[in-house]
Amino acid sequence: MFKIMFSNWDALLSGLGYTLLASVIALIASLIIGTAFALMEISLHKWVRVIGKAYVEFIRNIPLLVIAMAFYVIVPQFIMQMDGFTAGTIGLTIYTSAFIAETVRAGIQSVPNGQMEGARSNGLSYMQAMTHVVFPQAIKLVIPPLGNQFINLVKNSSVLAFVAGFDLMYQGKLIANATFNTFDTYLAVGVLYLVITMPMSYAMRYLEKRWHTA
Amino acid sequence: MSMIEFHDVEKYYGKFHALKNINLTIDRGEVVTIIGPSGSGKSTLLRTINGLELITSGQLIVNDYDLADRKTDMNKIRKNVGMVFQHFNLYANKTVLENITLGPTLVLKADKAQAEKEAMALLDMVGLADQAPKFPAALSGGQKQRVAIARSLAMKPRAILFDEPTSALDPEMIGDVLDVMQKIAKQGMTMVVVTHEMGFAKRVGDRIVFMADGQILEDATDVKGFFDHPKEPRAQEFISKILNH
Repeated sequence: MFKIMFSNWDALLSGLGYTLLASVIALIASLIIGTAFALMEISLHKWVRVIGKAYVEFIRNIPLLVIAMAFYVIVPQFIMQMDGFTAGTIGLTIYTSAFIAETVRAGIQSVPNGQMEGARSNGLSYMQAMTHVVFPQAIKLVIPPLGNQFINLVKNSSVLAFVAGFDLMYQGKLIANATFNTFDTYLAVGVLYLVITMPMSYAMRYLEKRWHTA
Repeated sequence: MSMIEFHDVEKYYGKFHALKNINLTIDRGEVVTIIGPSGSGKSTLLRTINGLELITSGQLIVNDYDLADRKTDMNKIRKNVGMVFQHFNLYANKTVLENITLGPTLVLKADKAQAEKEAMALLDMVGLADQAPKFPAALSGGQKQRVAIARSLAMKPRAILFDEPTSALDPEMIGDVLDVMQKIAKQGMTMVVVTHEMGFAKRVGDRIVFMADGQILEDATDVKGFFDHPKEPRAQEFISKILNH
């Protein structure tokens, strides 16, 4: 394993970089998009709720690979040129956003209704009540499940390998094909994924603990 | 001068007829207590006044705003009509002081330092100035409710609605909350109080409304007289039950 790792260090490092980059972009974007759809799912307006629910149900019931392929194959044919990295990252973002939407929605809805009623009776608008009272409480509740989503996201970024996204998995595939040493290569790839996900896991646990006592 | 006017108000939840032909006018500065068996529509009636529940038909005027009109901005009504809940509903993510200043700073655009000064004065009034930096979870029920009252007073409302403010409290906590409410009543605040505290109704109330099955069965300005000689059989039954147990 170490021999493979050191002789292909540059390729693996570049793969790790692309995996990290795709993960960070998808994490931030899916958090924003997911939260927006969560708010839509609990909107006071029926048609906004319908759109929110439709998006979440549609996206989360399609395999990630299919979504990524759609952006890699279909979008360039009809709409605009897109490289594998972009297509994969967009696919990953959209796929993850549906799960984040459900997580955040559940968090908001588990904040007791009295918090919203108290705030509205205090003269706050719906949005003010959401931003200052309900949402900050919901975020604490969703830290653990959100952590799961983020770790899944990093691992799911391996979908980039299938759309030529130059990520860690993609580099691993190339190295395995060139060296025929499948076992050691994927072992090395696995270890490098752990290098990203394990610190995330611990960071999430730390946040959970700290915010729980606050 | 009337603060709250119900004219032929009906309220349905699906097929359930929650409020039946409500006609009630409450003047500015009046303290009205609403009593009645559970499920009689007392809380529903109270919650229509600040638009937490919408009426199905009829007319409801609060502080000169027409609540049945879809164009009426509920936020404007709620700015002027405070509410105190059975379960306090303090903001769990804010300190006691922040609970009180959030409304004034966000809604009334008050200056933060000024809002904090006024909040401290209110906390002093309800006897909780030393609790300002704590979070609600660290307070007792009676303290929470007094903070909730201070929170609604901070908005300088024209009226305050109380939805069973002492029902979730331990008996020894009730007195402190009722004392604060009496203080506010003396200052001329319009108050509508759904309660089971008959002592408060007698001592502080200008008027008592008895509800059952979604209707107002009795509406008396002679509160003592009502307790001694309720006219309606349902009211007689209710009074005898709560006084003789």
